[in-house]
Amino acid sequence: RWRSSVNAALITPSTDRGFSSGHNVLADGVDRTSDSFIQNSKKMESIMAQLHSHISKVTGGGGEEAVKRHKSRNKLLPRERIDRLLDSSSSFLELSQLAGHELYEESLPSGGIITGIGPVHGKLCMFIANDATVKGGTYYPITVKKHIRAQEIAAQCRLPCLYLVDSGGAFLPKQADVFPDKENFGRIFYNEALMSSEGIPQIALVLGSCTAGGAYIPAMADESVMVKGNGTIFLAGPPLVKAATGEEVSSEDLGGADVHCKISGVSDYLAQDELHALSIGRNIVKNLHTAGNEGMVNGIKGIISDYKEPIYDVNELRSIASTDLKQSFDIRSVIARIVDGSEFDEFKQLYGTTLVTGFARILGQPVGIIGNNGVLFNESALKGTHFIELCSQRNIPLVFLQNITGFMVGSKAEANGIAKAGAKMVMAVSCAKVPKITIVVGASFGAGNYAMCGRAYSPNFMFFWPNAKIGVMGGPQAAGVMSQIEKSKMKKEGIQWSKEDEEKYKSKFIEAYDRESSAYYSTARLWDDGIIDPADTRKILGLCISASTNRPTQTTKFGVFRM
Amino acid sequence: SAATNNEKSNRKIDKLLIANRGEIACRIMRTAKRLGIQTVAVYSDADRHSLHVKSADEAVRIGPPPARSSYLNASSIIEAAVRTGAQAIHPGYGFLSENADFAQLCENEGFTFVGPPASAIREMGDKSASKRIMGAAGVPLVPGYHGHEQDINIMKSEADKIGYPILIKPTHGGGGKGMRIVQSPKDFVDSFLGAQREAAASFGVNTILLEKYITRPRHIEVQIFGDKQGNVVYLYERDCSVQRRHQKIIEEAPAPDIISDFRTRLGQAAISAAQAVGYHNAGTVEFIVDTLSGEFYFMEMNTRLQVEHPVTEMIVGQDLVEWQIRVANGESLPLDQAQIPLSGHAFEARIYAENVPRGFLPATGVLHYFHPIPASASVRVETGVEEGDTVSMHYDPMIAKLVVWGENRAAALIKLKDSLLKFQVAGLPTNIEFLYKLANHRAFANGELETHFIDQFKDDLFVTPKDSAEAEKAYDAAKHSAALVGACICEKERTRLNKSPPGGLSMWYTHPPFRLNHHATRKIELEWENEYHDNNSEHLTLSISHLPNGNYLIKMGESSVSYLEATVTHLGDHDFRVEADGLSKNVNLASYLTDQTEHIHIWHGSNHHQFKQKVGLDLLDNLETDHHRNRESASHPPGTVVAPMAGLVVKVLVKDGMKVEEGQPMLVMEAMKMEHVIKAPTSGIVSGLQVAPGQQVSDNSVLFNVKKEGAESLVVIWRNSEGLGGDEVSSGGCGVCGGCRGGVDAAPTMMEAVSIRCCDTMVQFLLDACQWDPPIRDPPSYLIFLHLGSTVYNHRYSAEI
Repeated sequence: RWRSSVNAALITPSTDRGFSSGHNVLADGVDRTSDSFIQNSKKMESIMAQLHSHISKVTGGGGEEAVKRHKSRNKLLPRERIDRLLDSSSSFLELSQLAGHELYEESLPSGGIITGIGPVHGKLCMFIANDATVKGGTYYPITVKKHIRAQEIAAQCRLPCLYLVDSGGAFLPKQADVFPDKENFGRIFYNEALMSSEGIPQIALVLGSCTAGGAYIPAMADESVMVKGNGTIFLAGPPLVKAATGEEVSSEDLGGADVHCKISGVSDYLAQDELHALSIGRNIVKNLHTAGNEGMVNGIKGIISDYKEPIYDVNELRSIASTDLKQSFDIRSVIARIVDGSEFDEFKQLYGTTLVTGFARILGQPVGIIGNNGVLFNESALKGTHFIELCSQRNIPLVFLQNITGFMVGSKAEANGIAKAGAKMVMAVSCAKVPKITIVVGASFGAGNYAMCGRAYSPNFMFFWPNAKIGVMGGPQAAGVMSQIEKSKMKKEGIQWSKEDEEKYKSKFIEAYDRESSAYYSTARLWDDGIIDPADTRKILGLCISASTNRPTQTTKFGVFRM
Repeated sequence: SAATNNEKSNRKIDKLLIANRGEIACRIMRTAKRLGIQTVAVYSDADRHSLHVKSADEAVRIGPPPARSSYLNASSIIEAAVRTGAQAIHPGYGFLSENADFAQLCENEGFTFVGPPASAIREMGDKSASKRIMGAAGVPLVPGYHGHEQDINIMKSEADKIGYPILIKPTHGGGGKGMRIVQSPKDFVDSFLGAQREAAASFGVNTILLEKYITRPRHIEVQIFGDKQGNVVYLYERDCSVQRRHQKIIEEAPAPDIISDFRTRLGQAAISAAQAVGYHNAGTVEFIVDTLSGEFYFMEMNTRLQVEHPVTEMIVGQDLVEWQIRVANGESLPLDQAQIPLSGHAFEARIYAENVPRGFLPATGVLHYFHPIPASASVRVETGVEEGDTVSMHYDPMIAKLVVWGENRAAALIKLKDSLLKFQVAGLPTNIEFLYKLANHRAFANGELETHFIDQFKDDLFVTPKDSAEAEKAYDAAKHSAALVGACICEKERTRLNKSPPGGLSMWYTHPPFRLNHHATRKIELEWENEYHDNNSEHLTLSISHLPNGNYLIKMGESSVSYLEATVTHLGDHDFRVEADGLSKNVNLASYLTDQTEHIHIWHGSNHHQFKQKVGLDLLDNLETDHHRNRESASHPPGTVVAPMAGLVVKVLVKDGMKVEEGQPMLVMEAMKMEHVIKAPTSGIVSGLQVAPGQQVSDNSVLFNVKKEGAESLVVIWRNSEGLGGDEVSSGGCGVCGGCRGGVDAAPTMMEAVSIRCCDTMVQFLLDACQWDPPIRDPPSYLIFLHLGSTVYNHRYSAEI
C-alpha cells in the first residue's frame, strides 16, 4: 500500500539527492562517473540526434512543394488542424509518428496519417487525420494499419473519434495489401459502426476529398462537417462518372458541401472554411454529454492533483538506457525517474529478484510497475503473476518496463518447470482486464516479450526507447542456432563447412537480425505505438494511464493456471 | 421684498439638483456629499445606467437621449427639482449652464441657481455687448475697426493705426471665407478688395471689419470668484493654449513664464471685468496674449464653472464647487485675495474618445477596458464613466480628465507623462497617445505655448506616412509588442488551465504542453493597423513554441530564426511580468470581442499597441451571418427586404412613404399553410413596395425597401486653408458607410479623404462644426463628408455655411 496523500504532505519534499525523505524513496542508483555511464551518454546522444532528424523529416509532411500547394488551397497541415481542434495549451499524445519509416521505396512520412489523443473541451478524443501532402492522403497498407490501430485504442479507451478526412482513398497500386483482408480498408468502417453502436461518438470533418471507400468515413460517422469549396464526398469522382455514364459534372456539383449539407443529407454541418469546420468540430465534442462521464474510474476518486516530481533528473534516463544490451542496469533507477517523488513501494523485494514489482503513482495516478532486472526465473515469474493478480483485483493500471532477454534456459530450469511458471505469468498478463502499458527500455526477446506484455498481449499502449531491440532471440544466439542446424545438415550431406564460410553465414544472419530488431524497424511496421525520448517516459505514461482509465472498470477472469 | 430676499438667502441648500451628466455631475455630487447635501441627478434614456445616476441619492428621468429633449429641456429639469424637493440647481458646464433664461427661470420658480446672476450671463453672452461693457470698464480689447464707414482710404488709415499684421474679416458669414491676413501696408489694398469681392459673392454683404492680427497668440484665462456681497477675487490664471478643433485639450495653472506683475495685472483686469457686470459665483475671464508684444486683450467671459477648474483647485488647495455652494447660500467668499495661496503647478489633460489621425473626429463605442491611473493626493481622475459604459454620439465624447499636481511645472509634467502612460483604455480610439506626444514635446516642456501649437509641431505630433525611418521603427515596435502579446496570451491560458483543468484532466494541461519528440507550437495571427500605410493592416504571424523550461520561443512569419525568447509570469488578471534578453518589465493586456474579432491591447513601457485577431467562428453566430450573407449577396441596396420563401402575399400593412419602426409588421405571407409576418429590418421610410395582397412571390424576390431615416443626402464638408465649406454631393439613398465612399470619389474637389464610420459620428461632427466660431485659421486641409440627418441638422448646416 502507498501512503495516503495526507501523510505524503507531512513530509517535507527534498530535492537533495543524498537525502531520502521517506522509506519508500528509491536510491539514486546511478554512478555518474563510471565509464559505462559516460560512454552510454555519448552513444545515446547520437541516437537521440538520429531520432530527432527522423522526426523533423516526418513533421515536414510530404515536402515543401506539396505543403505549399496544400496551403494555397486554404488548408492547414494535419498537425495544425489537430492543434486547432485541441484545447489550447493542452497536450497531444501522437501515436506511431514514424510509421512507414523506410518501409516502402518511396518515403511515406508518418504513414500518411496522423493519429493521437488529446482533449477537446476537457474530453479526451482520438484524432485520425489524413495528410494530403503525402501521396494525396491515399491509404498504403501501413496507413490502413495505423488508422485501424488508432480505432482499436479508441475502442479500448472509449475515446470519441475525430476523423479529419482529406484523402484520395486506397492507394491503387497496392490494392491487394490494402483492400481485401480482415484488417484492411473495410475494417475502418466496421470499426466505426461497432464503436458507434457502443456509444463511442464518431465524428468526421471533411476538409478535403473523400473519394470512393473514403466516402464512407463521413457517411458512417454520427455527425459530419464539410468545408465549402474544399470538402467533397462521392463514391466516384467526375472522371469515373464520365466514363461510366457520360455525365459531365464538376466535383463541387457532384459531391460538394452544398450538395451534401442541403440536398443529399450525407453531411450535417456546412462550414465556410476550414477554421469554421474545426470550430464546429469542437462544438460537436462540447455537446457530447455522455463522453467521458462514465470513465475516469481511477480518475476523479484516486488522483492526487498536487503530486511530486521525481527527485532525480528525468533526463538521466537517456544515460541510464543501455545502448549495449549486454550491459545490465538496475530498473529501479528507471522507476526512480518516472514515478511521483521517486517513491516506490516494492512488493516481494527479496523474492524472485530479477523481476521488480511494486506500487507507485505517476502524475498522481496509482500504478503497479513490473520491471526486469535480468532473466526470468521460476520465482520471478510466480512473483509477477501474483502481482498482476493483485493489480487486477484492485483495478490498478499496470506498467511493464521491458528489458528482458528471456526466461532462464537449461536443464535445471526446465526441471523446475520454468515453462509452467512462464505460462502462469502469460495467463495473468493475457487475462488481466486493467489498463496495461508497456515500455521497452532495452531488450525485448523471446517469451520474455510475452510475459512482459508484448504487442500480442494487447497492451493499451506500447512504446520503445530508441535504443531498444526486439526479436525472438538475439542475433548471435539465432545465428548460433541456425549455423548448428546448417552444419549438421551439411554434415549429413558430407560437406565440410569451412570456419570462414560459417562465420560469413553467421554474420549475414546477425546483420539481418540487427536490422530487423531495431526500434525503427518495429515502429515503421506498427509493432508498437512509437519511439519515445526516455526523458519523456514519465509524461507519456501519465497521459496513457489517463486515457486508459477513460472507461469503466472491467472484471478480470483468469483461465486455468497450470499448477 | 428685502425681508423675503433675506429669508431666501438664509435658507441653506440641503438638497441639490445637478442639471448635468458625466464627470461634472459626479464631481459636483462628490463635494455635495462631503458637505452633507442630498444630491439629485437627472438623466436621459441614454444615461439610465450612468455613473452620475448611480452616484446620486435620487435620480429623475428627464427625457429621450437628444440633449434638446433632456439636458437642455429646462421645464423637465425644473419639474424634477419640484418633484424631489431640491432647493438649488447646479447647471455644471455646457448644456444650460450659460443660459440666462434658465438661470432666470430657476430664480423665478424659487430655486437657487448655483451660478452667476442671469443678468451677468446675458451681458457676457452677447459678444459685441460684452466688448462694449469691457471697453467702458477699461478692460483692454483687441484693437480693431468695426465701423460702418467702408471707404478704402478710411479703412487703410484705420489699419495703419491698429498696426500690422492685420486681419481683414467680412462682418457676415464664417467658415474663414473672405478672411485675409495682411502683413504690411503695401498689401492692404489688394487684400481688402479681394475680401470685399469674396464676401459679396459668398454672403451678399460686403462690409468688412479690421482687427489686429496676433501672430503668436496665447490663450490665458483667469479664474475669478465673486460673492453676493460684491467681493471678487481672482484665483490666478490658467493657460489653455493647446487646443484642437478649437477645444482645449491640455490646460495648466499657473500659466508658465508669467511674471507676478503681469499676473496681478491680469487678475485685476479680470476682477474689473466681473465687477462691470455685477458678477457673483465662479467665472472665467479669457484673454488673448500676444506673445510678441506681451500685451493682453479681453476675449470673453465664461459665466460658469469651467471644465478645467481642477487645475486651479490643485494650485490653490480649494474646492471651487464648495465655494459655489457657499456663495449660492449667500455666504461671503471664504478667503480674501491676500489669503489665496499659489502652490506648485497643475496640468489637466482631457481624455477624449476620438480619432486623432482622422482630424480628431469624435468616436463612439464601448469602454471595454477602462483602467485609469489610481488617484492619489497629486493625481485626480475626473470621470463619469465606468468599464462597460458606452460613449454615445449624443453627448460630448470626453472620457475623463486627468489632473496632476507637482511642486513645479517640470515635476508636474513628469507626473502627467507617467500618468498618461498608465491610463489604459480599450474599446474605442482615444487621444491618450496624442496627449502623451504633446506632453513629451520639447516645446511643451519649455512652455512655448500658443494656440497654434498643434499645427506648428504637427510633423512631430502626427504620423507622417512618408517618413520611412519612423515607419520602420513603428513596425519594429509593433512586432515586439505582438511577440509579447503572444507570450502573454499563452501564459494566461496556461495559468487558467492549471487552475481548473477542463474535465479534471490535469495531466493533459501541464506546462509546457506535451508533444511527442517536438515542441508544441501555437500559431497566432495578429492584425496591426499601420498608420504609415493608408488603411493598411499588417498581418503578423507568430509561431510560439513552448520550450521545455517553460519559456516561449517566438518566431515571426515564415522565418525560422527565433525572434524572442520570453519568460512570462502572470501576475493576475491583466498584469504580466515579461523577461526577454535579460530585460524584464511590466506588461498589461486587455482584450474584448466584437463580432468575430478579438481586439487585443498591450501596454508596456511607453508602448501601447492594438491588434486584432480573428477568432474561430462560433457555430450559431455563423449560421446567422451566413443567413445575412445570403440575403446581401443578392446585391440589393441596403434596407431591401426579400421574400424569405415562396408564398402568397395575404396582407400588406404599409404604404410607400410610411414611417415604420424597426420590427414593425410590414406584410403577411402565407406559405406551407402557415402565416409569416415580414417585419421592417430598420426604422425608416417605406419605399418601392412591389407586392399587393393575393400576389404570389418567389423565394428571394424583392418585397419592399426601408430607407433609413436621415440618410437623404450626402454632404461633403471640407476644410482647407480657405476655411470651412460644404457641398452636397449627391442626394438619394445612402447606406451606412459604403455609400459615402462612393460619394466622395465623385466629389471633384477631393483633397484628402477622411473616412467616417457611421452616420451618427458624422452628424455629431457636423453639429460640432457648426459651433466653430470663429473657424480655426490655417487648419490642415482635409475633407469630411457627412450624411445629413433630419431637416434640423440640415437647417443648422445651411445656416453656418
